[in-house]
Amino acid sequence: MFPSLTQVLDTLFNGLVSGQITLAIGKSMGRILLGFTIAIVVGLILGYFIWRYKLVEDTLGFVVTALQSIPSIVWFPLAIIWFGLNDFSILFIVTIGATWTMTVNATSGFKNVPQLYQRVAKVYGSSGFHFLRTVILPASVPQIISGLRIAWAFSWRALMAGELLGGGGGLGQLLEMGRSLGQMDLVISVMIIIAIIGTIVDNVVFSRLERNVEVKWGIRKRA
Amino acid sequence: MYLTIDNIQKSFVNDRKENVKVLDGINLNVKKGSFVSIVGPSGCGKSTLLYLVAGLDKADSGEIRVDGDLVSKPGPERVVVFQEAGLFPWLTVLENVIYGLNLKKMPKEEAKAKALDVLKMVHLSKYVNSYPHELSGGMKQRVSIARALVMEPDILLMDEPFSALDEQTRMVLHKELLEIWRKTKVTIFFITHNIREAVLLSEEVVVFATRPGRIKEIISVPTMKDGVTPDSVTLNTEQRILSILQEEIEKVLKEEIGDDYSFKTDHLHRGDSGDMGSHI
Ligand SMILES: Nc1ncnc2c1ncn2[C@@H]1O[C@H](COP(=O)(O)OP(=O)(O)OP(=O)(O)O)[C@@H](O)[C@H]1O
Ligand SMILES: [Mg+2]
Repeated sequence: MFPSLTQVLDTLFNGLVSGQITLAIGKSMGRILLGFTIAIVVGLILGYFIWRYKLVEDTLGFVVTALQSIPSIVWFPLAIIWFGLNDFSILFIVTIGATWTMTVNATSGFKNVPQLYQRVAKVYGSSGFHFLRTVILPASVPQIISGLRIAWAFSWRALMAGELLGGGGGLGQLLEMGRSLGQMDLVISVMIIIAIIGTIVDNVVFSRLERNVEVKWGIRKRA
Repeated sequence: MYLTIDNIQKSFVNDRKENVKVLDGINLNVKKGSFVSIVGPSGCGKSTLLYLVAGLDKADSGEIRVDGDLVSKPGPERVVVFQEAGLFPWLTVLENVIYGLNLKKMPKEEAKAKALDVLKMVHLSKYVNSYPHELSGGMKQRVSIARALVMEPDILLMDEPFSALDEQTRMVLHKELLEIWRKTKVTIFFITHNIREAVLLSEEVVVFATRPGRIKEIISVPTMKDGVTPDSVTLNTEQRILSILQEEIEKVLKEEIGDDYSFKTDHLHRGDSGDMGSHI
């Protein structure tokens, strides 16, 4: 029982116009942006401490590497016990998977800042927060961007799984609704939207960001 | 004396956790405004000494003073030009040059004007808004020199600044550096592997012995009043330095390759007397 292509396109179009799909996109994007932002900030901060303090590296650094291997959705039961089956639990699993990835990438980015740049900065009197802001962070940008890309992939998958199980009015819930109503055309419409958003973010946003940095730094020649 | 290096000792711990003495009792006095070169075999501790003067590292014992003040950390009056330019790839040429001035809290407009002036001095006015990857090796090194000069340092520390460049570029930069030195009266502490370069540029050449690093001899380079030194005099000085260094280089090669190495004949010979490997 497959719906026809025209039927799917019709549902897709109507869903976008009526706001049913548009609203769900908004909900999902809002949630992932919030979770992603938290993951970036927390990841950079944890990465800083792991890079800076040997003791933190030997303890937390090790734990993070282990945590990173857990698929985000595995956190969901725990999140439900802690926060209940609600919005917050979904946000939690969206954030948590991306956080470990960001931490690992930030740490390795900070660690791989060439000694030469660090020496140059110190010669000119940079230290403390200025050193972090003007050398360590910018020099880690390529690695941080590739971290963002992987973290995004994790978050996006976690978001869909979370919404499918936990509701919250996003694309995942709409998918689940389509299933329970037996509305195959809606299910496929939402799948199309999910594929499009995933592709756009990965291939347009992150690819372009990566390319811009590489061109600016001379790692890659202008096409 | 302006820069005084007094009985410096420095050791490092190597991979096998052994303490290795790198500098052993370095004493050196440098006059204000002079141009001093350091030559010596690879690994004899030249860079280590330069980092100590820069304040990037600490000696085990001994003192370094500039104009009477003890050196304990990096300072804008002692800047380093490294072998690789070390420009920040995320900043433009101008932003790279301004980096140190921002740290000095100089007003933006003043800093920019100053940076542009210095970039003009190194003939890079056309490239102020370029990114480092758009420049050739020689241009990058010019920016790195400009970044140092804009600080108006008292001492310019240069660690093999031209050794990664091709011959022509190096010749041009030699000329430019000498002009800058005469114009700014900055004291230059210059490390090189190239004896000719040392003799050509500096007033004094400090020859290092190795393992541990010590000063073997200090040779003053004769210069004529008009600034043009006859080739014969230069060549003579070069020859003298080379013969002092030869002994040291031989010592290093013997340790690294074995007793069978002879620098003078310049080949590895397997004589009957060479009982190979017994020294290992
Ligand atoms: N941070 C360090 N830790 C351990 N050993 C070091 C360290 N820095 C330098 N060394 C050792 O000290 C010795 C002197 O090094 P240094 O870089 O000063 O030599 P150099 O004279 O500048 O050599 P080159 O001409 O090859 O640049 C070398 O044997 C080197 O391995
Ligand atoms: Mg060196």
